[in-house]
This record gives sequence, C-alpha cells and structure tokens, in this order.
Amino acid sequence: MAPEVVEAMLPYFSEFYGNPSSMHFFGGQVQKKVNEARERVADFLGAEPSEIVFTSCGTESDNTAILGTLDSYPEKRHFITSRVEHPAVMNVASHLSRKGYRTTGISVDREGRLDLDELKESIADETALVSIMYANNETGVLFPIEEVGEIVKSSGIPFHTDGVQAAGKIPLNMKKSTVDLFSLSGHKLHAPKGVGVLYVRKGTKFSPFMIGGHQEKGRRGGTENVPYIIGLGKACELAKKHLEDENTRVKSLRDYLEVKIFEKIPNTLVNGDRKSRLPNTLSVSFEYVEGESILLLLSDLGICASSGSACTSGSLEPSHVLRAMGVPFTAAHGSIRFSLSIYNTKEEMDYIIEHLPPIIQRLRDISPFWKDYLKSQGKR
Amino acid sequence: MWDYTEKVKDHFLNPRNVGEIENPDGTGEVGSLACGDALRLSFKLDEQKRIKDAKFKTFGCASAIASSSALTEIIKGMTLEEAEKITNQDIANYLGGLPEEKMHCSVMGREALQSAIANFRGQEVTKEDYEIVCKCFGVTDKDIERAIKENDLRTVEQVTYYTKAGGGCAQCHPKIEAIIEKVRKEMEKGSPPPKPDKRKLTNIQKIKLIEETLGREIVPALKADGGDIDLIDVDGSKVYVALRGKCSFCPSSEFTLKQYVESKLKEFVSDDLVVEEVKP
Repeated sequence: MAPEVVEAMLPYFSEFYGNPSSMHFFGGQVQKKVNEARERVADFLGAEPSEIVFTSCGTESDNTAILGTLDSYPEKRHFITSRVEHPAVMNVASHLSRKGYRTTGISVDREGRLDLDELKESIADETALVSIMYANNETGVLFPIEEVGEIVKSSGIPFHTDGVQAAGKIPLNMKKSTVDLFSLSGHKLHAPKGVGVLYVRKGTKFSPFMIGGHQEKGRRGGTENVPYIIGLGKACELAKKHLEDENTRVKSLRDYLEVKIFEKIPNTLVNGDRKSRLPNTLSVSFEYVEGESILLLLSDLGICASSGSACTSGSLEPSHVLRAMGVPFTAAHGSIRFSLSIYNTKEEMDYIIEHLPPIIQRLRDISPFWKDYLKSQGKR
Repeated sequence: MWDYTEKVKDHFLNPRNVGEIENPDGTGEVGSLACGDALRLSFKLDEQKRIKDAKFKTFGCASAIASSSALTEIIKGMTLEEAEKITNQDIANYLGGLPEEKMHCSVMGREALQSAIANFRGQEVTKEDYEIVCKCFGVTDKDIERAIKENDLRTVEQVTYYTKAGGGCAQCHPKIEAIIEKVRKEMEKGSPPPKPDKRKLTNIQKIKLIEETLGREIVPALKADGGDIDLIDVDGSKVYVALRGKCSFCPSSEFTLKQYVESKLKEFVSDDLVVEEVKP
C-alpha cells in the first residue's frame, strides 16, 4: 500500500467513524468524504461520479457486472467471454453453463492475442453480454478493447471488461470508450485489499447483485466500507499522477529485466505478445524446470514472483491461460511472472538478475530432462 | 503458499543424492514433462545385496524434489525385499507429512522405486492387463486401487491428490467413483483395518486417530450397554475423556477406562497414551 493511502484512511477508523447513511452531522461528514472518493475514482476513469459503484473487490465487481446484466435480460441465454479470463469471470461462465446458459470462450493465439473473427461469428441474437478482460493477469497481454467494443456495440449488446490488471497501468477514459461496465480492484492500485469498483455507464440496464439497502443508489446494498473507499479514492488520485512513470521508468525496468534474463539463461521463452503488453508485467518460461521450485528458491532470497504453473495452485495442469495459448509443455510448467511497480528499483532488478540464473541452473541440474536435452543437442 | 514442514524445506533446499549412478543395478523412471513432474531413480547393490547407493533426478515442485531425496535416504542400506515394502506414506512420514494436495509426489517416489526394483529383476513393468482410467495423466485402475487401499481414500478429490488421476479434463470422475466404491466394499469385507504406523504422528494426526479409534472400537460396545464416551482433550500422551449415559455412574467405569479404552488406544494409536476421566 502507498503510505499516502494509509495516512488518508487512518482517521476513518478512529476519529470519523460515523455511518454515511445516518442523518446526523457525524454521519454526514463521512458521507462527504465518500463522495469525494467517488469523484476521485471517477476522475481517474474518465467517468461521472454517479457511474461509480463501490464493491468489496474485483471479483464482486465481475460477478455483479455479469450476473446483474443477465438478470436484466432474462430472455437472452448466451454469454461470450474469452478463454483466458481471471477465475472471477471464467468460473462464473462455467456456473452459467451449468445453469443452462450457452457460453462461448473466444480463443487466443500462441502470443495470447484474441481472435476477433471468432468473436464476430459468435455474436447472436440471444447474446446477453460480452465480457472480455482488458489485460491478462498472467501474461500482461492487452486486448484491443475499443476494437472489441466496436464489434460488440454494433450489435447493441452490453460490454463488460475486467480491467483489474489494466487500471493504473494504461490511460483510461470511459467518456471516449465503448465499455459499458468496467471492474477495478483496489490492491492493484496500492489501495488495500478488500475494496473494488464497478463502473456502470449511465443508461446501462443493471440489477444489483448484493440486494439490500439504498447504498450506492440501490445498486449495491450493504454498509459502505468507508476507510477503504477513502483509501481507494486516494490511490486513484496517485495512480493518475504515476501513470507516466509506469509507462516510462517501470517499463524500462521490466524491459531491462527481460533482456538480461534472456541474455543469461538459455532455453527461456517469453509468454505473451511483446508488442501489446502492460508496462509492468513479465511472464517467462524456463524449459525443463518447474515453476513452484523456482518461486520457493526466489522467495528464500526475498524475491516475490508468481507462477502460472500447476503446482503452486494445487491444480495439476498448467494455468488455463498458458494452455489456451498453446505454450509447449516443455515450458508451460516452468513459467513465472514478475509484476513490477513504481516502488521497484534498478538495484532490485540487478539483484534478481544476479540470483535467478544459478537458481534455474541448479534446478536444471536436478531435472532428468535437462541432460537429455543437452545430449540431444550434442553438448555435454 | 504451501505449508511445508521444515524437513520438506530442508530436503528441497539441500537435496541428498542428486544424480545418476553409472552402471546401476536398477533404474526406474515415472512421470513426464507433460505431466509436470518426473523422477528418475537409480541404485547400486553391495555384496550382501543391500542398496549401497541410490541417486535421483527430478523435474517437479518442491515436494517432488523433497520426496525423491527422502526416498533415496530411506532405501540406502535396505535389501530389495525391505525396500519393496515401502509405501508412499513412509515417504510422507519421513518428511513429517506433506500437504494432502501434494501426496502424489510421495506416490511418484514409491512407483519409481517399484519400477527400479522390477528393472533389476528383469521384469517388465507392463500396463497391459490394466485399464488406463485417467487419460490426461496416464493413471491405471491398479494405481488408483492401490492408492485407495494404502491411504484409506474416500473421495475423487483425494484420489486426485494422491495419484493425479482426474486432475485434468475430469471426464474419468465417474470411473474413479466406481473404483472407490468397489475397493471400499472389498476393504470393509476384510479384517479390521490394519494397524496404522505408530511411529511419527503429528498432534492433529494423533487426535484424529484417537477419534477414529474411539468411534470404531469403543463407542459401539459402550452404546450396547447404554453408555457413551466423549473425547475432551489430548495433552501430550494424556487423553482426557468423559463417560456419558449409563457409563458415567457405572461402578466399573474405572475398569472400562483403563482396561478397555486405554488398551485400544495403545493398540491403534500410540503405546504411551494414558487415559484420564474428566468428571462432570
């Protein structure tokens, strides 16, 4: 979390603990602050404050967008998404198909690029909603969201995007966008975990997912998580300020890390379209070794990365994203992801670059396939 | 993040016996790159036909590497007849336990050992008379049956944790369910469950085992006499219980506790257990 965010939140745990729904002055002053946060989020997204609905996380935003829209179009029984979505969307799609909906998962190619022709062909009269992520959470690949939106909107269908990974990394302006519903999560913006936003374009048919009181204009029942909402408002203000830094300094750190890894470690592949990618994400696969082992050895040195490999999640297969992309099995199990932020430094990149090659070598020395591979290449 | 024991971490960070023995007496290999883990085991015997040296190479996660390392340590010095008796539980116990989702790593160790011993004896390990149940990971019905029996498995999820079967496309789940049903029926018909390994129990394992033993061996007999027993607490080797129903005021309750409950717990859980009654 950003220190400024923590500072902005603290008074709302102690001094100002009023409920924004209350009529008395004590609740009223908190209500004012919640509205201020709403304005900050709106400003960050290029939206109107009335289009901002606070939620508890990105997953709730995704669920609300999808289930709420389908609820508004009960006669339409078809849902389109991509094959590489976050579980917050992908598992909702499987839930829907069990409920009797027809669902379509649009394919991606080897670089993780969306098949727009397949999308065009899939749209039908009974399509209720299209939900395509803005940027992939494992590879950082950016989908051409406005192009997707043009296709979807030309058929008059509502369009949702899971923008959790993209927010704060690329410029966003809902006023000029084709997106109807946009999900955002606090912790990706250095706000706390446990708060999110769903942007709902004015005029979009919408039913609440959390049914309750009048909060969020009846679009999300439940008492507002005031300190977290205020933290998210502050984080959005900061994110807007840091956007350029993300796309210049952070991007060059990522590129530096990528080049050095390739230079120092043979049999390495990058996952995802390098021409259209978030500035802070690097997904790489090391052939003949397994991702969890790499992560634990890195973690031992204080380096925190994540993985799309099977073993970290308890699943037995590599991530659905890498499988959808057709990453070869020699590499799919050995994929890891670095996510950088404005708080990372070149010294930290150098630290990784110093320690990663011996880790990969050590695991390859243990792996039965590495020596086989070297033999097959005529080296020893 | 996985909650690995210190022993797992140690064997992952400092694996013992990495490598391949030149001119080995037996080698075995299981798993593949596509499956996400693989183990190549080789061993050499001394003049007394004991395993003099064992080495491994493993592709896989931390628990796969640790299980392989543990396996080589366990089998060194054993005769092949002794080594043959090693179960995946032995490997897991040696490491102080594995997360249940990772138990297939210990099964991989047992399978590689089996295959290496067969290789030494010149036997071909064929999968001919078996049916491949899980096509994603190439797991046979015999593999699944053995894992159910050796580890007392009850659900498809558990079978996946132990053998990987059913962890891919999930199409074989009905078949796995049918195997579980069949094997469990066979197990129930057979004699009372085999005595569990008493050597290394964690506290939670101990409490679980005490509960199971009370439920299986003691409660039915007490209930027949109109009584019952509750487990109140376990503190080290002391087991605190409360007698209920008719037992609570039965003059021979002291006898019941010492002679009956304690001896059963000693038999099935741990020799050092002492039973104490908690009075209401």
